Amino acid sequence: MRRSGLLLPLVLFGVLALVPGLRAAGVPLGGFWPLLLERVIVFAIAAMSLDLILGIGGLVSFGHAAPLAIGAYTVAILNEANVTEAALVVPCAMVAAGVFALLTGAVALRTRGINFIMITLAFAQMVFFAVSSLADYGGEDGYTLFSRTRVLGHDWLGANNFYVSALVVLFGVWLLLRMISLSRFGRALAACRQNRVRVRALGLDPFAIELVAMVIAAMICAVAGVLMANEAEFVSPAYGGWQRSGDLMVMVILGGIGSLHGAILGAFVVVLAEEGLGRLTQHWPLIYGPGLILAVLYLRGGLAGIGVRRG
Amino acid sequence: MAEALLEIVGLRKSYGALRVTDGVDLRVAAGTIHAVIGPNGAGKTTLIGQIFGAIRPDSGQIRLAGRDITGLSPHRRARLGLARSFQITSVLPEFSVLENVALAVQGSHGSAFRFVWPARSEAKWNGLALAGLERVGLAGRAGDLASALSHGEKRQLELAMALVAEPRAMLLDEPLAGAGPEEAARLIALLGGLRGSCAILLVEHDMDAVFQLADTISVLAQGRVIASGTPDAIRADPVVRAAYLGEDF
Repeated sequence: MRRSGLLLPLVLFGVLALVPGLRAAGVPLGGFWPLLLERVIVFAIAAMSLDLILGIGGLVSFGHAAPLAIGAYTVAILNEANVTEAALVVPCAMVAAGVFALLTGAVALRTRGINFIMITLAFAQMVFFAVSSLADYGGEDGYTLFSRTRVLGHDWLGANNFYVSALVVLFGVWLLLRMISLSRFGRALAACRQNRVRVRALGLDPFAIELVAMVIAAMICAVAGVLMANEAEFVSPAYGGWQRSGDLMVMVILGGIGSLHGAILGAFVVVLAEEGLGRLTQHWPLIYGPGLILAVLYLRGGLAGIGVRRG
Repeated sequence: MAEALLEIVGLRKSYGALRVTDGVDLRVAAGTIHAVIGPNGAGKTTLIGQIFGAIRPDSGQIRLAGRDITGLSPHRRARLGLARSFQITSVLPEFSVLENVALAVQGSHGSAFRFVWPARSEAKWNGLALAGLERVGLAGRAGDLASALSHGEKRQLELAMALVAEPRAMLLDEPLAGAGPEEAARLIALLGGLRGSCAILLVEHDMDAVFQLADTISVLAQGRVIASGTPDAIRADPVVRAAYLGEDF
């Protein structure tokens, strides 16, 4: 676990809280930025959950879009069944993603390195093709929700309240993951990243530790999936595509691997690049790609590591 | 003979036609240091791998304090009180020295599955860890990163990590490998001081250290124990002199 102060994360949350703050102060705020930040917040939740296994556990999962899609499709499937209460939807999404991570993780964790990357990718592609074949839910075209999820009967995920709700979830997820990363479990997980054989010799089981981390990460990511479906009022197989898994990895690495709050910065840059550069030119990957390479080469601690003394 | 804490009975392991471990019997008594020596290729590394659980023997039994541990995974063996040091130093480079030992305390005294409370501020464990570091003379470097330690200090750290588990038996795989003369002398004194705390199985190439430290020596050649006895008896054994030590030793 990288040592990091609380200043930057709190500043980040402060900046994100500006939108509702200004609105409460009567400033009419609308359009591009609040919507963009909404997406940033939802992606940051997903990327932060990936940081638990990728940054702290050192497990390079190339399939983290799978729990995202599972969460989103749980919303769609329950929506079709007229169930739109978060108290049902969220636990269903988390359990589904957790079971998926338990089963696939138990297989994937028998491998290391490049094989682990490929197996997690393969499992995520299975989810992608599975949801693509759900004809009742739009198949490849996706599915438009007829109603957003309600929280205990309240309209907290409606267009007007979504931003604040998502921000509260992000803050809660950050607190939770921070607590986990500092706990005995987090320390053991970080030890597995450094030297699994040593961890085993000390009487701890790396396989069990890493599997539990994958389940926790998937369950949190499923919550991001629920939010993502609500934000767009739409789900499609692309939620689980390998490009999405790649985006999440980029967010973590660009933001500052193992820092947790770096995921917010990473999500901001990636979402802004896709939306912002996409408006400038349709050839935006030509700018985005080289920028990414430069960032990886020159920002070793990621964006969260700028100005932090390394030693 | 005192109670054998670590007992190996009829252990066999073959790779194809090659019998790497060919019916090895060993008894390591509580509170003693039992050294295993032998030329390269004698099967020492394979033997250690089987005792620790990384390699599964074809037949035979490994018992720790009377309990058959032959089929258990490495971390289960560690939990039952089998600690080890590695031939190549094996510490957690990104953790502080204290945190390395605190994780060893966690491995033997607690579990990994507690998700609340910062582990770094668990005073009781840090106290145990610090006591372990004091035993090996490394308390002054508790706050440094493990990667900043010298080779000999990493060896000391590994010993502290093994000791805090209060093991029944310790497996030391070439603890002097790579150490300079001064470091070696310090480590030998340290290892001698551990006698009596548990059963120690020592695999080492440094013959001076072995004859200085061991209560019992077993000589391994081509997967078999060709001789076993006190250092004096081994030194005088004509078979051992021919197979390994040479006439001048």
